[in-house]
Amino acid sequence: MSDQEIEYAALLKGRHRISTYFEWVCRIATISALLFLAVLLAGVTWQAWGWLDTQFLTGFDSRRPAKAGLLAGLWGTSWLIFFTAILTVPVGVGAAIYLEEYATDNRLTRLIKLNLSNLAGVPSIVYGMLGVTAFVRMFGMLSAADGWTIAIALGFGTLEIPLPLGRCLLAGSFTLSLLILPVVIIASQEALRAVPPSIRHASYALGATEWQTIRHQVLPAAVPGITTGIILALSRAMGETAPLIVVGAMSYVAFAPGNLDTPMGAVQDPQRVLDAPFDVFTSITIQITNWIEQPKEEFQNLAAAGSLVLLILLVVFNATAIVIRNRAQKKITW
Amino acid sequence: MSTASASDVPLSEATTSLQRSASFTRLKESGIRSLLFLCAALSILTTLGIIAVLFSNAIYDVSPRQVGRDGEVRPNEAFFQQVSVTEFVTETRWTPGYTEKHFGIMPLVCGTLMISGIAALIGLPIGLCSAIYLSEYAAPRTRAIVKPVLEILAGIPTVVYGYFALVFVTPYVLRPIFQDMLGFDVGVFNAASAGIVVGIMIIPMISSLSEDVLRSVPRSLREAAYALGSTRVDVSTRVVVPAALSGIIASFLLAISRAIGETMAVTIAAGQTAIVTADPLGSVATMTSYIVNVSKGDAVIGSIEEKSIYAVGLTLFLMTLVMNIISQFVLRRFREVYN
Repeated sequence: MSDQEIEYAALLKGRHRISTYFEWVCRIATISALLFLAVLLAGVTWQAWGWLDTQFLTGFDSRRPAKAGLLAGLWGTSWLIFFTAILTVPVGVGAAIYLEEYATDNRLTRLIKLNLSNLAGVPSIVYGMLGVTAFVRMFGMLSAADGWTIAIALGFGTLEIPLPLGRCLLAGSFTLSLLILPVVIIASQEALRAVPPSIRHASYALGATEWQTIRHQVLPAAVPGITTGIILALSRAMGETAPLIVVGAMSYVAFAPGNLDTPMGAVQDPQRVLDAPFDVFTSITIQITNWIEQPKEEFQNLAAAGSLVLLILLVVFNATAIVIRNRAQKKITW
Repeated sequence: MSTASASDVPLSEATTSLQRSASFTRLKESGIRSLLFLCAALSILTTLGIIAVLFSNAIYDVSPRQVGRDGEVRPNEAFFQQVSVTEFVTETRWTPGYTEKHFGIMPLVCGTLMISGIAALIGLPIGLCSAIYLSEYAAPRTRAIVKPVLEILAGIPTVVYGYFALVFVTPYVLRPIFQDMLGFDVGVFNAASAGIVVGIMIIPMISSLSEDVLRSVPRSLREAAYALGSTRVDVSTRVVVPAALSGIIASFLLAISRAIGETMAVTIAAGQTAIVTADPLGSVATMTSYIVNVSKGDAVIGSIEEKSIYAVGLTLFLMTLVMNIISQFVLRRFREVYN
């Protein structure tokens, strides 16, 4: 072998060695990211061990760690997510239908689309500041001495709507709704886009109008995708803390919104259901934050137990989304 | 269908009723269309709402003067009507809660940048390396499992990250290394722990987005490079990554923008000391944590302390907006198109 060839062989060996090193660096990076996740989940579970019991799930918050529970937060989060879903789903899906099915490619449409991708990047706390001004205080426009109350008598109770809304649960839901709206719209747009145009053409050929086509052909085909997007967006809303703090969630509440702390209560006293949206509120995340800030050591365990409950709820949500997606993928054959 | 034959009905009437029904359908169609347009327009309204709220509280208050319960007329003054922009930008103290008030945004911006910097230091290399691993090295089955698992990291609520930073990262990682071995003083609240967890949080953003763009680089480019005698590292770092650079940079910018806007983990783990400092082991306040802490406290509505969160919010909004716009620009302008 000539000197050149020996030199080349050595060089090649070196290059392959570098290649192997690089592969290992990348592999270790991936493993370390997975390891972070494992340590985080294990750590939270370890801290929560022994604290996640029936007392914790059925009791209200307390100054004594052994008696403190998550019930107010569980009810608060359920109500928040319920109203957020009611507010977001029609508007989000409607906007997506408009953008995908009706909108022509003009300046306004482009502006809306550009605006959507920018809104998705706005920090959640800024939405909180919008919420506190627009919903809680209603821009100060209605602030007579104590504000007004609109009372609507229904058969089983009176719906009392305070104006401005004040630091109530509904203001929190409005805020969360605006926060996840861009996510819902973008996900729904993708689901609608996945419906092949031939379906639409076939429907038009049979004499259906635009809306009939959307209502009976396009939307049913896109529902699984849209549902998945909505569930994922709602699970994001469930984990939000900052906007709720700014809107004015209570860090310590020892009752559920509207004093409704058992599902049976809704039947016994329907008035409570009407009161709940306008009551003060807390959420699972707010309670966790509050416990983290307590000086007593045991509250850290409570925070871990609360986090574990939140994570379990998120897993359930996400698993539902995945199941819906997988079943739809199997069923649909164009 | 009625049993009466069509001939019973005068022709002119039949056409009218048909027309009427058709025009009702048309009305319904255009009504639905308008309704759906309003839904889409709501997103514009949200943006305008955000801008209006930040503008009217931070820059110039246009709302009518408020009359208090005692009949006294209080002027509505926005933050910058009371504090000059020069002070806001050049002053190095941020003490809105003290009797001697100073309003210099610098400490908060420094805190934010320090935490985002630490997050970037952790998140960018790990995220990019995982993306390269998943796209260039991993078997399809490994990728199918690892990618969604990594994305769980993005789904974990930020308050849980904050808890993790405070209860695990500081006492079990930072203290043993920096305090016991190197002799630095590690505070209970410190920027490093917050930065580390925010860095972990942004890993999946980078790895997912970058992996998508890396995979969209055509196979022929890789094969051409191999044919010229490249090793895998040459192909990855000199062919595939440069070809996907616009997407990678866009994902970096989006991740950093997310780190800047990240709130709860930072509020919980970094404390609330608003000072200009270069010490990552001490407590710092960020723009987001300041807003949270004022919202939690009982600042009087209309007071300068309450108004100050809107000035900080405006700064935060503009910073993230600029980063998002740059990232979209980079993605569109420098995208390599292969056919």
